[in-house]
Amino acid sequence: MEFFKQFAVPNPTPTIYLSMVAIGLTLIAVLAGITYFKKWGYLWREWLTTVDHKRIGIMYLISALLMLFRGGVDALMMRAQTSRPGNELLSAAEYNEIFTTHGVVMIFFMAMAFITALMNFAVPLQIGARDVAYPRLNALSFWLYFMGAMLFNISFVIGGSPSSGWTSYFPLAGNQLSEHVGTNYYMIALQIAGLGTLITGINFIVTIFKMRAKGMTLMKMPLFTWSALITNLLIVFAFPVLTVALAMGTMDRLFGTHFFTIDNGGMAMLWANFFWVWGHPEVYILVLPAFGIYSEVISTFSKRNLYGYTSMVVAIVVISTLAFLVWVHHFFTMGQGAFVNSIFSITTMAIAIPTGIKIFNWLFTMWKGKIQFTVPMLYSIGFIPIFTIGGVTGVMLGIASADYQYHNTMFLVAHFHLVIIPGVVFAMIAGMTYWWPKMFGFMLNERIGRWAFWNIAIGTCLAFFPMFIAGLDGQARRMYTYSEVAGFGVWNLLSFFGGLGLAMGFILIVYNVYYSARYASRDIGDDPWDARTLEWATRTPVPEYNFAVEPEVNTREPFWDSKYEGEKLFKEKITDIHMPNNSGQPFIMSSFFFVLGFGLVFSLWLLVYIAAAGIAVLLFYRSFEKDDGRHIHEEDVRETEREMGGDTR
Amino acid sequence: MNKKWLFSGLLLSVILFLGGCEPVTVLDPKGPQAALLKDVIMISIWTMLFVVVVVFVLLIYILVKYRSTKTASDYRPPIIKGNIWVEITTIGIPVLIIVFLSFVSVQSTYQAESVPEGFKDQEPMVIYASSSNWKWHFSYPEQDIETLNYLYIPTDRPIEFRLYSFDAISSFWIPQLGGQKYAMTGMLTKLNLAATEEAEMWGRNSNFSGEGFAEQTFNVNAVSQGEFNEWVEEVQETAEPIDEETFDELLEPGHLGQKTFTGTHLEFDPAPEEHGDHGDMNKEEMNEEDMEHSEH
Repeated sequence: MEFFKQFAVPNPTPTIYLSMVAIGLTLIAVLAGITYFKKWGYLWREWLTTVDHKRIGIMYLISALLMLFRGGVDALMMRAQTSRPGNELLSAAEYNEIFTTHGVVMIFFMAMAFITALMNFAVPLQIGARDVAYPRLNALSFWLYFMGAMLFNISFVIGGSPSSGWTSYFPLAGNQLSEHVGTNYYMIALQIAGLGTLITGINFIVTIFKMRAKGMTLMKMPLFTWSALITNLLIVFAFPVLTVALAMGTMDRLFGTHFFTIDNGGMAMLWANFFWVWGHPEVYILVLPAFGIYSEVISTFSKRNLYGYTSMVVAIVVISTLAFLVWVHHFFTMGQGAFVNSIFSITTMAIAIPTGIKIFNWLFTMWKGKIQFTVPMLYSIGFIPIFTIGGVTGVMLGIASADYQYHNTMFLVAHFHLVIIPGVVFAMIAGMTYWWPKMFGFMLNERIGRWAFWNIAIGTCLAFFPMFIAGLDGQARRMYTYSEVAGFGVWNLLSFFGGLGLAMGFILIVYNVYYSARYASRDIGDDPWDARTLEWATRTPVPEYNFAVEPEVNTREPFWDSKYEGEKLFKEKITDIHMPNNSGQPFIMSSFFFVLGFGLVFSLWLLVYIAAAGIAVLLFYRSFEKDDGRHIHEEDVRETEREMGGDTR
Repeated sequence: MNKKWLFSGLLLSVILFLGGCEPVTVLDPKGPQAALLKDVIMISIWTMLFVVVVVFVLLIYILVKYRSTKTASDYRPPIIKGNIWVEITTIGIPVLIIVFLSFVSVQSTYQAESVPEGFKDQEPMVIYASSSNWKWHFSYPEQDIETLNYLYIPTDRPIEFRLYSFDAISSFWIPQLGGQKYAMTGMLTKLNLAATEEAEMWGRNSNFSGEGFAEQTFNVNAVSQGEFNEWVEEVQETAEPIDEETFDELLEPGHLGQKTFTGTHLEFDPAPEEHGDHGDMNKEEMNEEDMEHSEH
């Protein structure tokens, strides 16, 4: 019995017990369902062992949506708790766990997965490649992310969630002030998922540099691919900092080191610096792919080429450089003095310049265009005004002196949500809707999609605009309650209603997936949006080899020009296609990582040794394994192409 | 596009709210530092409003004029690569705005960090504000008294708060007097404030520090110098002296309400030394080590 005590949550409540039961039942239902429908073989062959970038993208997408709901429910609970002064729906301890998980889940497991999903699906297609450079590593990336996410999510029912904020500032997150294992979960789950992200970064840099179609020079790449390239460079430069910080934090918590402790020479400020040296580039890791998606969508639905392509590329590069030079603005109030703050204040505000260029270029892309208000376009248009408000308040926060008043308040919370929601979430929904037909062979319903958009757009404004005022009125963030005399009540109530609007919007999106899967037409052709880039030049849904013949490119918008300017994309004959083999190793190795992580969280060393040995054996095996891939024969390719309707070249 | 009007309407109401009726706490200053920051905030709001209006007007104009239902069905949008003058404008104007705001930022940051304008000839009164989960300890070395969770300060006198923490990073914030600053372990940070009006205000820790964080607040009474002196005298006559044992009990995590003592805890549990804010790294490092040894 003594042994099992460590797995109990520190603040058990009926909600947590209910979740335990719900998680248990869902798990049993899913396993029983798979067994009943005899889908284990299918699941293993087609999904768990796949190395196909499109399937990996889809798995990332599903995981991201699941995490969006997990994080969204957290958000609703927070808004409900603070909707009235002195509300007793949640205790302080519960509220702290919930806002911590909300942040971690949304950033690491929702947003990161969502951008990786769309990069996985679209980038190889946009550059005319058949897969990424390292398909098996790509599978490993996904499974490491997935296991990290699962490890983090079980903390809620086993051992307790972290409760020191998604930034996990020490010494609060240290053993002295956070005794339960929550922060261990944070450190280790993020380490595992972060490893996956780092591998993705390397994989996509190589893919984009080495696997572009013939004739596609860097300055002919679609903007989404450009943004993916820069994002992955940012990942490779920024994530090692997080890796080191998490390793140090883990050692503080498990092995008694004193990097960030209160006494014995620990320095808590070091954590804050490390965290934001990674954390600020992270913001751009999330938002740059979104900018890429907007560039594609706005150009497609304005029926115009992208305005100022070169300045768009330069703007992305400048943003990515500045991203590393602004981290101190997350703690202007740490007492580093006016000189340091002035420098970081200027670099921070300077980011507004390249970002402004991008906004104007999108506006000028619509200028003289023929604007179609499809769902992806609605999100892109809605993004501009909301993101502008989020952005200009960011400039206001960048003024160091004024930040002494905004810091740690709801004003800041309003700002970063009004940047991240239109800047990332809108883009992800736009991208998902845009590429959905390529993924699944049918389109999402436009009418339900529009309803979802209006709910989400209005919900966002209603949820976050009032927070500016609450912040200026002195409401600190992360307070689980406030008194009636404080006068924050009305703003928080409005926020709560906004949150309900957002929830409604996301429910509509899920309904839309169900509705469209059931009723939408499958006969949509290869190019339902009349688009401009290479991913629309192949079949719908995309066959596993992507392109029967590798395309050749002469212009920035090769597919558009092949439709309207008589450019020829596919010049060669169909030949045998070389493809990578599936492998179960990434999944098995990541499962070992899960066990390793769980062992570390609870200091169960036997488990740690076994899992570490498993990982080592797999690494060793892989090093000596010979796998030359396989070929899809010419006739099979012709057969597939014929079935999908159209010339076989 | 009624949504655009909705945005503008919401924005307008925010602006009206900020400018009009009952001012929100941050924009209701009772001292020179908060007044300075209020001015900076208002300058930045108006500047940024200009940007927002330009973007909104352009967006609405383009959406209305170039929507596909308004254009002829055989209309083929032209290919426009870019225009050097347009790009110079869209870069140039933002650059000018950022240069302007950089001046505002640098100047006001230096001002906010130093003794407030008009008080520079006075010797600041020193108050140590130290946080422990989830309380604020205020030590007045000059007056030799200590309070818990409330402050008395004289008006029209610069006050130098010396901040540090016994556990989690906390942020000392009295919004109506000025901006916040972190209180941390093993290091002293300084915050210069002053009150010019007699007022009762609230202050708090604004940096999340665990379970009792929401209630880690304190009261601030800005009173005339005469009244302040009376209060000090009264405390010295009526309050109990603080000793190490009592103080260690106070440090236990929890909420304790307001308390008053004579003497300060600095006598038996001194504050960490200040972190040199410019230059000499070696000296800084040595200081830190000294602090760590001396503190524990």
